[in-house]
Amino acid sequence: MNRKILLAAAAFLIAAPLQAHNVWIKPSTTTVAGESGWVTFDVAASTDVYNADHRPMGLNMIKAIAPDGSEARIENGSTGQLRSTFDLHLTQQGTWRIGTESAGVTGSYKLDGQEYRVGGRGGPPPGAQGGPGAAPGGAARPSGPTPSGPVVVPGGADFSPPEGATDVKLTLTSNRNFVFVTLGMPSEIRLSGSGLELEPVTHPADLIAGEPATFRFLVDGKPAAGIEVEATPDGRRFRDEQGTITATTDANGEASLDWPAAGLYWVHASFSDETSPRPGITGRRFQYTANVEVMAP
Amino acid sequence: MSPIAYRIIFTGAAAAGLSAPAAAGTVELTVAIPQLKVAEYHRPYVAIWLEQVGQPNIRTLAVWYDYDNRENAGTKWLRDLRTWWRKGGRNAAKPADAVTGATRAPGVQKVRLDVGALKPGNYALVVEAAREEGGREQVTLPFNWNGKSATASASGRTELGAVKAVIKP
Repeated sequence: MNRKILLAAAAFLIAAPLQAHNVWIKPSTTTVAGESGWVTFDVAASTDVYNADHRPMGLNMIKAIAPDGSEARIENGSTGQLRSTFDLHLTQQGTWRIGTESAGVTGSYKLDGQEYRVGGRGGPPPGAQGGPGAAPGGAARPSGPTPSGPVVVPGGADFSPPEGATDVKLTLTSNRNFVFVTLGMPSEIRLSGSGLELEPVTHPADLIAGEPATFRFLVDGKPAAGIEVEATPDGRRFRDEQGTITATTDANGEASLDWPAAGLYWVHASFSDETSPRPGITGRRFQYTANVEVMAP
Repeated sequence: MSPIAYRIIFTGAAAAGLSAPAAAGTVELTVAIPQLKVAEYHRPYVAIWLEQVGQPNIRTLAVWYDYDNRENAGTKWLRDLRTWWRKGGRNAAKPADAVTGATRAPGVQKVRLDVGALKPGNYALVVEAAREEGGREQVTLPFNWNGKSATASASGRTELGAVKAVIKP
């Protein structure tokens, strides 16, 4: 398989809007026994989660993190028409985290009467400087503003508007989509302290139908109240209703999900506000998805 | 069955009632493994353990599996004994030698197992079976221990037949 084509396809997929389509990672299992083991994954975006009927997701963003925090290589990657697939060789006992994690800045500002669009889709126009992440510490002052319409500048996670910018409306974004696979005994799940994160009170390896599980949601490392969490089971094609269960986080950031049946669930939460996380940024918009397996009692 | 929160524990860690064997008690256990008329029959994996009501720790008494499978491939399927796996099986890379045994043929299997010293209280002896190309079933034998002796029995429907236990100090 031609790697260039794969990369080009991946870039296109990231650029293409995925509105109303949910990105999911489907593991062959999340419970593995033995000295080592293999797990295979499908990755795609579709309306009904885990039903590969729309678009594959690129694999260039996928990272596999071993229990000790090191990054492991994914193997046998392939992107098809409807889903991408890859394998992971589990060589360390404990809980592995597999998925995507991204952050950026999106929005707009004006400088000397010219409007600038930050981040989003499409990339810089001809003549604009820099690639992704090329504007650290507020140094972004792209050359060659076109008189007709806004100039698009890339918005890395550490983007700040240039000095003298007006009409600043810039949102810090963070998006995570993980699956947790445990070889042998479960181990602690490491958190980063930024964006929206799930801190397991109930470990993903301990989810059982009929036993409510508790997840704590953190925004920039702090427990976040009032976050709506939804969990949609696999197999929407074979039933009439979505079957989504929902919960809202309490003052401790904790939400309790009572799984009605065993199976694969797409757990999703989002958060946004107008709080400035740092100078020059006027709001936050975070998303978090966990793909979890609930076992029969 | 009321949900019980099981936390991560190490097999062999001393629990309130499931302490290390001082004056070792024993269980005489009879487990019927049904004869099944199927095209491809594999002997089931079986885990036998003791749990105390309200305590997360379990004491694994026996695990019957393909422990001598070449390249350790036998351990791969231990997770199919899913309740035992979650409650304590996964806490060790593989079951301790003292509890490891080969898979057993259909018929009535009689074993005598060391259960350690038990404090008075309510316990359950659990037998879980999982079969390749087959199903999985768990049979729970609750009993009250007053320091003398106790008996318990229950029966499975699919992967296990009658299970009887006589527990003695």
